[in-house]
Amino acid sequence: MKPFQYLRPKTIREAISMAAEDPDARYIAGGTNLIDLMKRGIVSPSKLIDINHLPLKKIEHKGDRIHIGALALNSEVAQNKLVTVRQPLLVKALLAGASGQLRNMATVGGNLLQRTRCSYFYDTALPCNKREPGSGCSAKEGINRTHAIFFYGNETPSCIAVHPSDMCVALAALDTAVVVTGPNGERRLMMKDLHRLSTAQPELDTYLAPGELITSIEVLDNVFDKHNHYLKVRDRASYAFALVSVAAALRMEEGKIWDARVALGGVAHKPWRYWAIELMLKGKEPSEALFREVADHELKSATASGQNAFKIKMTSNAIVAALKTAAGIS
Amino acid sequence: MANDHPDDQKDDMHDPAHEDRRFFLKQSVAFAGLSLAAPHWPLAGTDPDDVPIGNAEKVKLSLTINGAKKRLTVDPRMTLLDVLRENLGLNGTKKGCDFGQCGACTVHVNGQRTLSCLTFAVMQHSRKVETVESLAKGKVLHPLQEAFIKHDGFQCGYCTPGQLMSAVSCIREGQAGSAQEVREYMSGNLCRCGAYPNIVDAILEVKSKGLKV
Repeated sequence: MKPFQYLRPKTIREAISMAAEDPDARYIAGGTNLIDLMKRGIVSPSKLIDINHLPLKKIEHKGDRIHIGALALNSEVAQNKLVTVRQPLLVKALLAGASGQLRNMATVGGNLLQRTRCSYFYDTALPCNKREPGSGCSAKEGINRTHAIFFYGNETPSCIAVHPSDMCVALAALDTAVVVTGPNGERRLMMKDLHRLSTAQPELDTYLAPGELITSIEVLDNVFDKHNHYLKVRDRASYAFALVSVAAALRMEEGKIWDARVALGGVAHKPWRYWAIELMLKGKEPSEALFREVADHELKSATASGQNAFKIKMTSNAIVAALKTAAGIS
Repeated sequence: MANDHPDDQKDDMHDPAHEDRRFFLKQSVAFAGLSLAAPHWPLAGTDPDDVPIGNAEKVKLSLTINGAKKRLTVDPRMTLLDVLRENLGLNGTKKGCDFGQCGACTVHVNGQRTLSCLTFAVMQHSRKVETVESLAKGKVLHPLQEAFIKHDGFQCGYCTPGQLMSAVSCIREGQAGSAQEVREYMSGNLCRCGAYPNIVDAILEVKSKGLKV
């Protein structure tokens, strides 16, 4: 690992100034992904800005939303009463991710920014457009059973890696704002605008500007607390990244669906929100046939790269299963 | 005994293998100095109340390890795992994958189970770390250690320190209510000998007896 300078700012302003001064500096919070990348020589920061002492851990409900500090640990969020009562889907997604140890280390901000687990991204002996733009994508003709099936419009993707987070899939299904602070002040992005789907610049995962720091997320109140489910399909029963995951949330009254949210994980360069489903389910009575119809509709635009062809059927099945559980039909 | 270990301030200057690297580091730092005319940020810990002093080479930190306060000077690249094993001679904590995938390096930091291979030691400054060496009290084994022996919760034993530290947390966190729950909440600890059913039995027994862990 290359030497770095270790810095420990006491204020957000100090942290941002440190980052603004040096484009090769990196913030570190839980470190569960960054240290991994540093050990493998994929990221070599000149400076590590340890933000763990910044006051960004608070979880509170104000107005119409829960504010979750960027440094709140995944385990803290999953246990917090405000979150368990108001946002059970987020809790389910958090607990489906990683292990007890990692959830005690990983922060909300770090989870939003975690890098893909594509094996070629981690293998410095082989080309990878995300690691070295322009070098090529080894996954396209290689081992790609875990790779993406949804892409940006008609773009020929330069990278077919997927975003690995579970938490982000739930946040994409719910209405979430991401609050960031940078050299030019504070701004809010909706979750859909944080991650890049286009791989025109495959080295970039998000639309954050250099030096910007995620300070909190805001999850808006909703009425999905009774009918929601996070389904994660993976190679082993626990502690594995998703082949496909589905965050499904419904608002049902008098046997009919009045509002629906579905987002998918493990299928695209970013958490994939299934926007069309909201209109397709509105006012309908839940049934397996209906769920199958809407699931297959979305998969019409899916494209496999070879080994991941099975994901198309698997994603459709997972959407149906997650919606059935959320709706409470067997 | 960890407390007697002389390596806290281990100086690698006399090790020829390190001299080239140190020369290289000094050289790169000198070049970096030429290009960095920008204002210099106060390094972590230049405040007298704050112990660590960071630079591109060594940093100072203090940790409470198994109840004993340790002051160390380490390379900021050293993980907590490496500091425990290499500087403090606490070899109970194991290095399995070193990439946060196997759980062999599990320790408790401020009471929470943590992967010591995925955190730099300097980031844990002033925190309390407990390792597998803290479980037995003298010659009296911890209830989970007794249960692992009784139920054959290991073969080669390499993953066992991590399994034990994780098992303590699993019970303390209230996640040992059933075999299924134990399997889910112990899934971050791999055992290539496949002693899983016996590990689950050991944890469930300690939990059902209501023993203090």
